Amino acid sequence: MTPALRVVNGRKIKPSARGDRTFRWLTFFCSLLVPLVMLAIGLELISSSWPAVKQFGLGFFFSQEWNPVLQEFGAASSIFGTLVSTLIAMVIAVPLSLAIALFLVELAPPKVSRTVGTLIELLAAVPSIIYGMWGLFVFAPFMAHYVQPFLGQTFGFLPLFQGPPIGIGMLTAGIILAFMVLPFISAISRDVFQLVPPVVKESAFGMGATTWEVTYKVTIPYGLVGIIGAVFLGLGRALGETMAVTFVIGNAHRIAASLFAPGNTIASTLANEFSEATEPLYVSSLVALGLVLYLITYLVQVVSQMMLRRMYRAWSVGL
Amino acid sequence: MKLRPPTGRRLTNLTVSIWAGASALLGIFILFWILYVVLVRGLGALNLEFFTHLPTPPGMGGGGLANAIVGTLFLTAAATLIAVPLGLMAGIYLAEFSEDSRAGDYSRFSANVLMGMPSIIVGVFAYALVVVPLGHFSGYAGALALSILMLPVITRTTEDMLRLVPNTLRESALALGAPRWKVTLAIVFRAAKGGLITGILLAVARVSGETAPLLFTALNSPYWFGSLGEPTPNLTVTIFNYAMSPYPDWQQKAWGASLLITFGVLILTVLARFLLREKKV
Repeated sequence: MTPALRVVNGRKIKPSARGDRTFRWLTFFCSLLVPLVMLAIGLELISSSWPAVKQFGLGFFFSQEWNPVLQEFGAASSIFGTLVSTLIAMVIAVPLSLAIALFLVELAPPKVSRTVGTLIELLAAVPSIIYGMWGLFVFAPFMAHYVQPFLGQTFGFLPLFQGPPIGIGMLTAGIILAFMVLPFISAISRDVFQLVPPVVKESAFGMGATTWEVTYKVTIPYGLVGIIGAVFLGLGRALGETMAVTFVIGNAHRIAASLFAPGNTIASTLANEFSEATEPLYVSSLVALGLVLYLITYLVQVVSQMMLRRMYRAWSVGL
Repeated sequence: MKLRPPTGRRLTNLTVSIWAGASALLGIFILFWILYVVLVRGLGALNLEFFTHLPTPPGMGGGGLANAIVGTLFLTAAATLIAVPLGLMAGIYLAEFSEDSRAGDYSRFSANVLMGMPSIIVGVFAYALVVVPLGHFSGYAGALALSILMLPVITRTTEDMLRLVPNTLRESALALGAPRWKVTLAIVFRAAKGGLITGILLAVARVSGETAPLLFTALNSPYWFGSLGEPTPNLTVTIFNYAMSPYPDWQQKAWGASLLITFGVLILTVLARFLLREKKV
């Protein structure tokens, strides 16, 4: 239906359909920009990493070699380090975040809950490089003097906790990562806990269940999809976190059994070596590492978004 | 039926409650530990010279990071100028026109994914897009990388904030004969102003502490900020370079820069949250 010309106060008023159409298309193109950037990043990484992929083939992913002088590159140690540091981070961060969410929703009085919630969220606002500064100059020495000697004495029979306690290394990086992703996981878990209908929880309380039983047997199963989404969101963050890890992981291209040993991650390798890489094959190999990281985080993010979306949709129809 | 005595269950419950409280305390403790360290070590580095002078070679003493402070401001401003209009427009489409649109769904999804994309990957992208063709590092590449990081944040908050504006307001304006674009820009925007500013502030806070995307785009420079067409001095990469150096006076400068960045970002974040809370009330 197109509005006809109207006459108001003796003047002809044109329908503004054209302005609206332009506006709509303009905003539409801007909104397309986001997926386009996403796609462009992927294509760019593929095309720039092509020389390295052609040179080394699939062996790139399994080779531990990283020698810029001999032009031999392999991604194994970086991928290993990324996965191990992230695993350490998640093992620590998930129980902590869920406990914090539980505290905020079920245990703390509203005023305390609000303040504590805000403070925890501020952990996410502290820039990555500040975690790096604190990690390198304060937390790594703390680990070297107190935590690692203790772990070495107590669990030293495991290869995981052997070796000199130098502070810098995989374990320290993993722990700092845990603090960094904690606010992301706990913020969403808090929402999940909060949005479970009170009736459901109250029924369980009415049966005589304790807070822990209600959480464990009612809230968590009820919001499981959302919690998985939150965990994957944190996982994505941990995988790609760069500066803090670069400061404390030690940046060694090798795979070690001990968590005390220095290592590297994809992101830390890029941060350390990219601006110094001059040989085309070197740059290309670094971009190939970036491509691996892009693909992993993309996948993790997609899972996370799907889970969260499923949860919000279920709630919006009033389940 | 025989009832189980509740002692064991109560004990479990108590343990979990203590664990939960202790976790929250640990989180807060880490935050204050970091802030305390940054404050104490950073304050020692701050003086008038820090804000007004160029950096000096190691061991010479004195000097400041005035160039990096200016450079960071310019980089952030340039990124904001690129990302804010585009993000606002994209948010408008998602909130106002994307009803049942596949493209809208996809765009929203991509924005969420892009928000979680490692910032160093965005740096690699800007490097390939700007630095390689130009043949040298430049502030433009850094600003581009930062703006890509800001874009999804602004897009999503704009959408959320515009959706909070009640439809009756739109309908009243449309009924008066205002065209849709005018309704959006003059009525809906005004109603959502606080929220939109919050989104922009959060995006600025997020990128002003970023280091990874600047490492091989804007790089760094020991000279005064000249133009975005050349390597641009900035605080965060300076922190990285100085902290990794073996010179105590450089490391102290890195702490001074850390103090500026940390509290700058925290103040922006708290301000944004404050604005949002006012709006909700």
